[in-house]
Amino acid sequence: MADWIDACAKDDIEEEDLIRFDHGDRTFAIYRSPEDEFFCTDGRCTHEDVHLADGLVMDHTIECPKHNGQFDYRTGEAKRAPVCVNLATYPVKVEGDRVFIEI
Amino acid sequence: MPGIVIIGAGECGIRAALTAREAGYDGPITVLGDEAALPYERPLLSKPNSGGVVEKLIATREALDDMSITLETDVSVTAIDRDERMVVRAQGDPLPFRKLLLATGARARRLSCPGGDRARVLRTMEDARAIYSAAGTARSAVIVGAGLIGLELAAELTGRGLGVTVLEAGPRPLGRNVPERLASKLTTRHQQAGVEVLCGVQVASCTESDVVLEDGRAIAADLIVAAIGVEPNVELAVSAGLTIQNGIRVDRRLVTDDPDILAAGDCAAVEMRSGLHLRYETWQNAQAQGEVAGRNLAGGNKEFDVPVWFWSDHYEIGLQGVGDTSGQPAASREMGRDSEILFFLNDAGALIGAAGLGQGSAVAKDIKIAQRLIGTTLDPVLLSDPAHNLKKLLRAA
Repeated sequence: MADWIDACAKDDIEEEDLIRFDHGDRTFAIYRSPEDEFFCTDGRCTHEDVHLADGLVMDHTIECPKHNGQFDYRTGEAKRAPVCVNLATYPVKVEGDRVFIEI
Repeated sequence: MPGIVIIGAGECGIRAALTAREAGYDGPITVLGDEAALPYERPLLSKPNSGGVVEKLIATREALDDMSITLETDVSVTAIDRDERMVVRAQGDPLPFRKLLLATGARARRLSCPGGDRARVLRTMEDARAIYSAAGTARSAVIVGAGLIGLELAAELTGRGLGVTVLEAGPRPLGRNVPERLASKLTTRHQQAGVEVLCGVQVASCTESDVVLEDGRAIAADLIVAAIGVEPNVELAVSAGLTIQNGIRVDRRLVTDDPDILAAGDCAAVEMRSGLHLRYETWQNAQAQGEVAGRNLAGGNKEFDVPVWFWSDHYEIGLQGVGDTSGQPAASREMGRDSEILFFLNDAGALIGAAGLGQGSAVAKDIKIAQRLIGTTLDPVLLSDPAHNLKKLLRAA
């Protein structure tokens, strides 16, 4: 059964940026969009074993720190070669100043 | 009907084929590769995992089929007939083309000294398998050339327990493309790992058991690897009468002297804004030029204008650079955990390049921002201040 996990405070993430969130043996990436909305995807690129948290967020795109592969972090859609496999995404809710993800 | 023919099935050739199709070209596209393997990513060859060489395909056979791209592997192209607009292969009928892309890449330079044929090179999947297989029984390795490939390989081999010596003819490691301060930090890390780095030395010969230097020293080597750079594969272009200038000379649209023949990637010397023709050897350059070539093969009119960018991994350290970092840095940004980025400005104060070193991908984000800031006039004081988010500079630009 999926659980809501208290992942971080809203202000742990800067606007148009992301942080890494590890839970058990899994790793996630949590994003704050320029519109102040929050999103969550798998933490590693689908192309190589690289943490997306070191990548650059521009608008709604996360660019992998290694190969310039890009995803739309709202949908997980692969946007630019060499990535071709979409990222898994997870529901997010904000309660007060806390960000929860459902995994 | 003659279609697009691409000679070379590496990152550049395959990317060009995929891009031409995505751009709407609906005629035949044929890619001719000289290796037997399906197109694979070369950067991983110097970064094997416990299972050995990592084989990552650029595109599967199914993906190419889906795009109606014909891939022929293990093909030797012997000539380009410009009058008849045909490519001649060692076997089979000549292949007519409407547009031709030369993405022939480069090959590793070999040691020319006596016994130099003992030295292996690292360029292909086959090369990589042979090196790691030999490393399984070797106790000592000598790597000739302290460039990025030589040092990445040194990190890998020392990690496997070999005694590793790196020999460099120049005055310092990474003299061609990494700022001295970062090269020095990285060299120190290699030395801490037990790698011996000798600069300003010339190899005289390779014997059964040693590499002998011109000063008479002999260094034990069960395994020898030459990592002394590459030569662009220009022979087909030469025999077709195209101009060569440290690579196949092309204009900003990647077009050669012949309006129907393009060249891109490691083999191409591309006209820059400065008017100079430059040839780059990075994975990103192959990808980016492949994309431009693909658009232009499909009838586009796109100019190549992407700053060169690279990454390199050694132990837990990641190095990245973008643009021109050949001069003196104007600003240094120290970001903790031994991470540092150097910024390079031109006389007018505009950013022309940046290079950084740090744990893992620690500098990646800021190097990507720097890439977007190239050409922007920036204050070195703000660049040097780690508390000043670079993204603020990007938003202000």
